[in-house]
Amino acid sequence: MSEAKPVRAISTPIRLEYSYTAGRASTRFLRGMAQGRILGQRCPECGKVYVPPRGSCATCGVPTEEEVEVTGKGTVTTFCIVRIPSENLSIPPPFTCAHILLDGADLPFFALIQECPFDQVRMGMRVEAVWVPKEELGPTFECIKHFRPIDEPDAAYETYKEHL
Amino acid sequence: MAEEQGRLTKTHVLEYPYKRSVGPVLGRFFTGLRARRIEGVRAPDGAVIVPPLEYDFATGAATGDFVPVGPGGVVTTWAWVMAPRPKHPLDRPFAWALIRLDGADTAMLHAVDAGTPERMRTEMRVVPRWRDERVGHIRDIVCFEPEGA
Repeated sequence: MSEAKPVRAISTPIRLEYSYTAGRASTRFLRGMAQGRILGQRCPECGKVYVPPRGSCATCGVPTEEEVEVTGKGTVTTFCIVRIPSENLSIPPPFTCAHILLDGADLPFFALIQECPFDQVRMGMRVEAVWVPKEELGPTFECIKHFRPIDEPDAAYETYKEHL
Repeated sequence: MAEEQGRLTKTHVLEYPYKRSVGPVLGRFFTGLRARRIEGVRAPDGAVIVPPLEYDFATGAATGDFVPVGPGGVVTTWAWVMAPRPKHPLDRPFAWALIRLDGADTAMLHAVDAGTPERMRTEMRVVPRWRDERVGHIRDIVCFEPEGA
């Protein structure tokens, strides 16, 4: 920086390092991941299936105990195209992230869509999970590398409009 | 994730690489630090505010001329840090202190490298220890130290 140039901006990074301990429901889910399975929980009152499970239903305020296994197939409910590069991203933009509602689940989650041009992702698109090789499975959500399109007609808006 | 007595735990890091615009008043303060110069600003009532503000915090009126202050000053209050954290300015026990620089009417927060808490007291005189490589940041002052140390 030149001596003559006035300071116009300063770098003030914020860093928080913390230890995360998975609770009972998350532990069940993560141990499922290590076996290549996707486990959720059903609310005993409203019947909604939470994937990943949080141990309780946020709407009814009751514990969720019944375990439900779902497949890796689901529907894109909404999405966004990421065009801004960031230090921690392993893939170059543009790429698409989507909310994916797995078949049989009532809570969409955020995931990366690959094996498809970034600008062809659409609401209602049918996708499936792509897993890491079996020997790399472990108790982490990163067992699912991304989702990719499958050869099925788009889901009707009515089937996921409650989950946007 | 690591197993720990049947629980799954993992260290997470949340980090934002913020860059913040400083405006003309703080910009001049940081530019001054780079040249080992500390400047405050005069409020309408004559008080000298350090670090400088664009507006008087009591009345909201615009502040006026820049005023050189320090570099020494007095500690008005302090707290001893027994176990510094990784991002703290010093890697050994130190004091966070409010320091009223000579010519200033407000106190500024900075670290004091006093070695032991027994050497700290209010009204003690301190002087800045400057960094060799200055970039225009509050950390251009490594810390303050007891005068005559």
